[in-house]
Amino acid sequence: MGAVVGTLTMQTRQRQPSRDKVDDELEMTMVCHRPEGLEQLEAQTNFTKQELQVLYRGFKNECPSGVVNEETFKHIYAQFFPHGDASTYAHYLFNAFDTRNNGSIKFEDFVMGLSTLLRGTVREKLEWTFYLYDINRDGFINKEEMTEIVRAIYDMMGKYTYPALKGDVPKQHVDAFFEKMDKNKDGVVTLEEFVLACQEDENMMRSMQLFENVM
Amino acid sequence: MAAGVATWLPFARAAAVGWLPLAKKIMPKPPVDKKSRNDEILYVNVSGLRFQTWKNTLDRYPDTLLGSSEKEFFYNEDTQEYFFDRDPEMFRHILNFYRTGKLHYPRQECVQAFDEELAFYGIVPDIIGDCCMEEYRDRKKENQERLAEDTEAEMGTDTPLPPNSTHRERLWRAFENPHTSTMALVFYYVTGFFIAVSVIANVVETVPCRPLKGSKKDLPCGEKYSLAFFCMDTACVLIFTFEYLMRLFAAPSRCKFMRSVMSVIDVVAIMPYYIGLVMPENEDVSGAFVTLRVFRVFRIFKFSRHSQGLRILGYTLKSCASELGFLLFSLTMAIIIFATVMFYAEKGTKGTNFTSIPASFWYTIVTMTTLGYGDMVPNTIAGKIFGSICSLSGVLVIALPVPVIVSNFSRIYHQNQRADKMRAQQKVRLARIRLAKKGTTNAFLQYKDEGGFHDRDSDNALCLKNKSSFEHQHHHLLHCLEKTTNHEFTDELTFSEMCMTESMGYRTSRSTSISSQQGMSTSCCPRRAKRRAIRLANSTVSVSRGSVQELDTLQVHKSSSGLQSRSSLNARTEDLKLNCEDRDFTAAIISIPTPPANTPDESLPPSPAFPGILRNSRTNFYTHETVKISSL
Repeated sequence: MGAVVGTLTMQTRQRQPSRDKVDDELEMTMVCHRPEGLEQLEAQTNFTKQELQVLYRGFKNECPSGVVNEETFKHIYAQFFPHGDASTYAHYLFNAFDTRNNGSIKFEDFVMGLSTLLRGTVREKLEWTFYLYDINRDGFINKEEMTEIVRAIYDMMGKYTYPALKGDVPKQHVDAFFEKMDKNKDGVVTLEEFVLACQEDENMMRSMQLFENVM
Repeated sequence: MAAGVATWLPFARAAAVGWLPLAKKIMPKPPVDKKSRNDEILYVNVSGLRFQTWKNTLDRYPDTLLGSSEKEFFYNEDTQEYFFDRDPEMFRHILNFYRTGKLHYPRQECVQAFDEELAFYGIVPDIIGDCCMEEYRDRKKENQERLAEDTEAEMGTDTPLPPNSTHRERLWRAFENPHTSTMALVFYYVTGFFIAVSVIANVVETVPCRPLKGSKKDLPCGEKYSLAFFCMDTACVLIFTFEYLMRLFAAPSRCKFMRSVMSVIDVVAIMPYYIGLVMPENEDVSGAFVTLRVFRVFRIFKFSRHSQGLRILGYTLKSCASELGFLLFSLTMAIIIFATVMFYAEKGTKGTNFTSIPASFWYTIVTMTTLGYGDMVPNTIAGKIFGSICSLSGVLVIALPVPVIVSNFSRIYHQNQRADKMRAQQKVRLARIRLAKKGTTNAFLQYKDEGGFHDRDSDNALCLKNKSSFEHQHHHLLHCLEKTTNHEFTDELTFSEMCMTESMGYRTSRSTSISSQQGMSTSCCPRRAKRRAIRLANSTVSVSRGSVQELDTLQVHKSSSGLQSRSSLNARTEDLKLNCEDRDFTAAIISIPTPPANTPDESLPPSPAFPGILRNSRTNFYTHETVKISSL
């Protein structure tokens, strides 16, 4: 009979006392970042106020806390390349944008990077690209770094390509690249060699023009 | 593709500058964006609801979005107002915070949505007033627990095995998840059957049978048919031993396995038999041996592997250990108190049963649990009074912890139900994601077919008009990647066909003319081709119907410039929210409808007679094929 009474009175919601220690984790460290003022950003970058506003609105919508961490970034980038695996390339891209090397991209970093890429001079763009390829930031691009980057790019293509990826296509690509870029054949590409070689490449200069109007 | 990701597209395209040094060819021309960026400005207020407040009110909290200069980013100069594309209902509460200084949590809202709004406006949840804090925290904890369980269940044991797993891993898996293979299922049922047989044999052994001829005494069946029972017992024990040894062999961590409850039960269930074999027929020891036979009843606990309810019960008891402990403790206290009182109350009576306090324990327990056997009754008035108090308090003491245990059981039970439901839905969800991905791929390939990369003239412009600028730009980005790597995107079907034809030495003609394709399709399997053509026609119809529907949804999504639907990139619940985002995913013109009635039952292997399921018919065929893949 005790059990019957017990069941009849069972309307309470009970929380285990042992779970209270989870409470402490609920006091989340709310990472919240506010960007510098609009005027300051306008001065530092090559964007107009309106463009900054638009960029910020989009950024804030996706990341209300004001920062993008690597996981989120990889996820976003992967959405554009559903065929293959974009995570490795996204990792290198993230490092290129995260100039402060603190594991997260703030709005300022984002906007500076975009300003260089879209509104910068040719030299600035090439420098940015060199910065992207130079994984360990030692001022030289060696074959291993380049191979990693190229492999990451080919990973984004996925498995189903025409013609099929046979043999070590990335390696061939890297060899061709070094043929062109490494002027003094010392096995590494410096910034100057890189800029020089790119400026000599007609196709590449023309392609760069096309990216002016992305925004 | 989630419309919210549209805001990141310019960024991804800008980052494509990083590919330029590697590309051997020149990049394709980007699409001309006719709309200037400036008309992203929207003329509506917090999604339509206009709020008015003093500036001072907002300035009260300078470390939030509305109180700081961050709101200048949202200022709309044309309409001279700040525009926020957020939930107007929630905004009401946020604004009230500025007005009154206390943040309230609306009970009817989802705690996660509320959290997101707070994060957006830069308000720390700690400010929630005392009146609503409890509710908020409870809901939040519940949500987090649920998320944790869901992620656990996802990574659970139903994932298919890696292809190169050893026999040991496969065996362990067969034991843990019997429904994965038929052998495991058979073994599962066989062991269950033998457990039942063993338990029943144990029970029937003690039932009195008709005595042997020439004897008056009733014999328990166990002694009459001792050989039969012995054989049955042996068989069961053999099976159990075999099972235990197999599990021991397959267990990934043998020490951990040996310490687990189920393994202990297994050992206890079979030990008595072996001990009985070893033991000599000694009178002294056989007493202890008889006690050991009691342990055979533990075999019934082996059923807990077969019954989820039993496991839940056991888990509940384990998780309610503190409540059970409290129950026990309070009962013990009450028993001692009342036993003492009853003893002293009945001390004087002649021939009383209450000979000592421990003897009164029995009376107290029987009374408190409202059993009332009646073998011990108080005779004095004082004894009767205290006896009644004892029974009344017994009801109370027992009724207190029981609801706690019951609610725990119900919670754990529902969790289990949910886990099973999730597993079933998971499969459907994964299939849908796969289809959506194929949809995006196919959209790009179709775009290429329609010559989207050549300069558009007025004729082609019509059929391409339906695509949004987002799609144009996304396809341009993919095209740049193709040019960088000097390879083109294809899909699984063509790829596998290419592999097959290459291995067979055919020279595939990758011409895109329709006429040659139709000629080829009647080559070696005319009947199949005809059936296929019919199906193509049918699926085209369904595609066009579906595509119209998809176009409508596409327009709806795109008209709000992609800022409305959140792609929840930050939230960890992106998997759960996938259901509502599925419509965004199938932005492709090809929508994958649910398998139409004309889906074939037989599977069509890609035959080399159709080397170029050639481009123009590819789209329809893909719908066809992808529908089949989903039904496989």
